[in-house]
Amino acid sequence: MHKMLWKLFSRDMTLFMHRKQDVVTVLGFFLVAVALFPLGISSDPELLRTIAPGAVWIAALFSTVLALDRLFSEDLDDGTLEQQMLMPVPISLLLLVRLVAHWVITGLPLVLLAPLMGLQFGLAFNEIVILTLSLLIGTPILVLLGAIGAALTVGLKSSGGLVTLLLLPLYVPVLILGTSAVTSVMNGVDVTAHFSLMGAALLVSLVLSPFAVATALKITLD
Amino acid sequence: MSATRRIPWMKYASASSFYPLANRLAPLFMGLAIVLAVVGLYMGFFVAPVDYQQGNSYRIMFLHVPAAWMSMFIYLLLAMYAIISLVWRVKMADIMAYSLAPTGAMFTFVALVTGALWGRPTWGTYWVWDARLTSELLLLFLYLGYMGLYSAIPDRQRASRAASFLAIVGVVNVPIIYFSVVWWNTLHQGASITFSGGTSMTSVMFTSLLLMTFACWAYTIAVVLRRAQAVILERKKVALWASQISKK
Repeated sequence: MHKMLWKLFSRDMTLFMHRKQDVVTVLGFFLVAVALFPLGISSDPELLRTIAPGAVWIAALFSTVLALDRLFSEDLDDGTLEQQMLMPVPISLLLLVRLVAHWVITGLPLVLLAPLMGLQFGLAFNEIVILTLSLLIGTPILVLLGAIGAALTVGLKSSGGLVTLLLLPLYVPVLILGTSAVTSVMNGVDVTAHFSLMGAALLVSLVLSPFAVATALKITLD
Repeated sequence: MSATRRIPWMKYASASSFYPLANRLAPLFMGLAIVLAVVGLYMGFFVAPVDYQQGNSYRIMFLHVPAAWMSMFIYLLLAMYAIISLVWRVKMADIMAYSLAPTGAMFTFVALVTGALWGRPTWGTYWVWDARLTSELLLLFLYLGYMGLYSAIPDRQRASRAASFLAIVGVVNVPIIYFSVVWWNTLHQGASITFSGGTSMTSVMFTSLLLMTFACWAYTIAVVLRRAQAVILERKKVALWASQISKK
């Protein structure tokens, strides 16, 4: 069982790595989107510091949605998904493996780039740490929740805009927690509560989301 | 479900017996809605006294409050029907959920617009990022998402089940969204304006508010039944009884 799950993980990783341009697109999008905020608002350093958490978080949020587009579509097209449904292993477990791989490829790079973004916006060291940590806990939640939307819309012609509409209301709590953690540390407020809540959200979505995604995929493949 | 244990009201879970019932009830409730709305509006506009703090502008509340209540209640109802349709595969439940969505979205929109119109003279601004306003706006997006997903999937079976599932995910998220927005609002300490201006409602105001609420209820029932009828006819084009009705 462990061996099989590990094999699946490495298969997913290999497949994701073969589509380097997708990863590059997502990262490029993230960088450009963050860079647009100063250009669109102002180069005033004080103002930039204020909007930094929101700007980085919103860019990360949209990058995640963008990356979700490819989460299931290829496996649906070549029939892998249907085969996996027939495997003797619970499909939710396979999906969890797949989502972890997806996050490692598309989510983790965003987290690693976050300190750079923080520097661009003139954040202090401890603020950068909190920003990065909030994204480290937050982006997996975004992927886990987003997979539900991706599973419901996979194979549809114009799924991009639709999936954004479906997911953004669900992303609001994560966005609020993530950005307010950084804002709090800027104001010298204790951030334990933020991270406790985000950690709780991560654990709950880690447990529940694979089942929800499995249900959604079953609806899609029915 | 075994045939011996059938509950009588399950009879109306079949479209052919629901249709005539809806046909009788819809005009009834529409009439009721009109009567209640006329009486409620008359009382609200001519009988209810002027508010000593807000002047006449508070009177939009007689539409705003029922609309806001309906917007939230309809979403819960929609999710309930979605669960029924997803778990027991009752087709009528899906038709009801589908028919409720536009009315719910309409009430959400009305609540937002009337709220903005009330906010202008009272708060001096059309919009504040207040917790209630923000979550009402997000509720509108949830409605739009449900309708968008339903119409985006060509296969009806899949569309119905996917949209139902989304509605259930949404209803789980509604309280989370609400509390997170409240939390966000207190953190940002923005425009901290509370709704209650410290005025206690007179009984006339309360009566007309109640009448308007019932009017919105009756309107919703009437419109949703009518829409459900239309959806049934659309989906059952091939059924004999449906084609006979649409020929009339």
